[in-house]
Amino acid sequence: MAIARTDFHRPLTHPVQIIPLVSTLPLFLGALLSDWAYSASLQVQWINFAAWLNAGALVFLGAALLWSVVAALRSKAGSRRAAWMFVCAIVATFVVGFIGALVHAKDAGATMPAGLYLSAIVLALTVITIWLGFTGHRAGDAK
Amino acid sequence: MNARLTGIPLVALLLVACEKQDADVTRYGANPQLPKQQRGLLPNMKIAEPAGWGDRRPAVPAGFNVRAIATDMKIPRQTLVLPNGDILVAEGKGGADAPVVRPKDIIAGYLKKKGTSPIKGGDRLTLLRDMNGDGTYEGRAVFAEDLNAPYGLALAGGYIYVANQDALVRFRYADAQLRAAGPPELVTPLPSAVNHHWTKSLAASADGRFLYVGIGSNSNIGERGMAVEENRAMVLQIDAETGASRHFATGLRNPTALAIQPGLGQLWSVVNERDELGADLVPDYLTSVREGAFYGWPYAYWGANADRRVQPFKEEMVRKAVRPDYALGSHTAPLGLSFSAPSMGQTFGNGVFVGMHGSWNRNKPVGYKVVFVPFTNGRPTGTPVDFVSGFQAGGKTFGRPAGVTVDPRGALLVADDLSNTIWRISPVQRQARLAFRSSIR
Repeated sequence: MAIARTDFHRPLTHPVQIIPLVSTLPLFLGALLSDWAYSASLQVQWINFAAWLNAGALVFLGAALLWSVVAALRSKAGSRRAAWMFVCAIVATFVVGFIGALVHAKDAGATMPAGLYLSAIVLALTVITIWLGFTGHRAGDAK
Repeated sequence: MNARLTGIPLVALLLVACEKQDADVTRYGANPQLPKQQRGLLPNMKIAEPAGWGDRRPAVPAGFNVRAIATDMKIPRQTLVLPNGDILVAEGKGGADAPVVRPKDIIAGYLKKKGTSPIKGGDRLTLLRDMNGDGTYEGRAVFAEDLNAPYGLALAGGYIYVANQDALVRFRYADAQLRAAGPPELVTPLPSAVNHHWTKSLAASADGRFLYVGIGSNSNIGERGMAVEENRAMVLQIDAETGASRHFATGLRNPTALAIQPGLGQLWSVVNERDELGADLVPDYLTSVREGAFYGWPYAYWGANADRRVQPFKEEMVRKAVRPDYALGSHTAPLGLSFSAPSMGQTFGNGVFVGMHGSWNRNKPVGYKVVFVPFTNGRPTGTPVDFVSGFQAGGKTFGRPAGVTVDPRGALLVADDLSNTIWRISPVQRQARLAFRSSIR
């Protein structure tokens, strides 16, 4: 019953895909913590940090998105569905992160509480996306 | 299908209703209607697209003439008419030291730059001279250079005072002097850290004892933190002899031009109010500047209207906020203010001229013109009248008015910092009379 390694497919295989995607995790986490620090202390520097961390995460996420699309286009029939699911997960994360960037571009208190909520949602989406990327599925599972 | 058919007239009706409402609403004067605060995910923006004047000229009222008396200047901002009729022009561009603290600063900086002149600021004062009084300024000389983004100008007690972006300085001045005798004398340093709003406006009291300097805020509504707002968003009163200064009035977000009312000696200012609360909020305004008054920024606007984007918020500051005198319309960006003189004719003889640099935080551009606000009994009344317009057409922007100055001989000078031109608008009759007089001589 041992499954041959070649039958196991996961969207994330190459470091060039893995590095940018996992890099977003500490950045989005930092953005969330900074948002929380701002809402608790009202020190503007925290909201500035949050804006930069979120923007940095979006840069890496953009690279991850690019690679995931390339990988999906090159994927074999058995893993195609999982590959595109993974692309969709990254797109969803990116969209929420981008809305978060626009909210963080508002001035001072106008960023709250939406900025904090969006940072929490985008962090959750990032965890789900990375999970999807590493777990994948077995070829021929449909049986 | 049915729903769609009924939907169209409904939408049309709504549109008509909106238009109508827009026309009825008062945006100017002592009692402007203030809509609710609103801001979508993206701030509304329309950045000016610069283009050359070509054969075009600004539009002026019937009975007036407009001509460019100086071109190819280096970002002219404010002008000063000297007793002998010479004109001093402050040229410069400041604020370059304001640090980038958020990703937004990079994007906003890039966008706003597209709507301004690419030329480097002159950091100098240029003197223009009309040799024979025909309205043509044949003489042009550099009065002083190596200044630091000079903006406000005033003549008092035998000195020309210049408000650089970091200091108030002065030059001794004798009538008809063409060039400053030496480097300027420091009167007092001015708040210059960050310098988000860098322009330092200036007026001298009627007796010349005091100078009033308008200091802009270091942010839109305190998003750089309130620590950098110390000694900002206010008018300082400075003793001409000692340089000692004190807060004259506070809570004025960006008092971009100051003027003393002839006869009464009252100080007036035009002020640029906050952004990102909607297309018709918050009105920029013209106001008499009352000693000791707090005009609201950043906690409140137009009297006691709270702006809770400011955190931590101070309720007691909302209660303290004084209402300004006269709304000039939101986002019009007034940068020039000058009291008129009888020589400007009956219609435009009593009131103020306001130079409006024009909007960016709005889809439909406003400002980009010079208006006349009539005064009755020393107070602004009625609606503003367009005095110089035609700075925009077909989606292009040819010029942006900044400082305006009334020449008591009968002319309005407008510094245009996009096309780097000084415009002079004067009554036609007067010119005809002058031409006649010189022909019989």
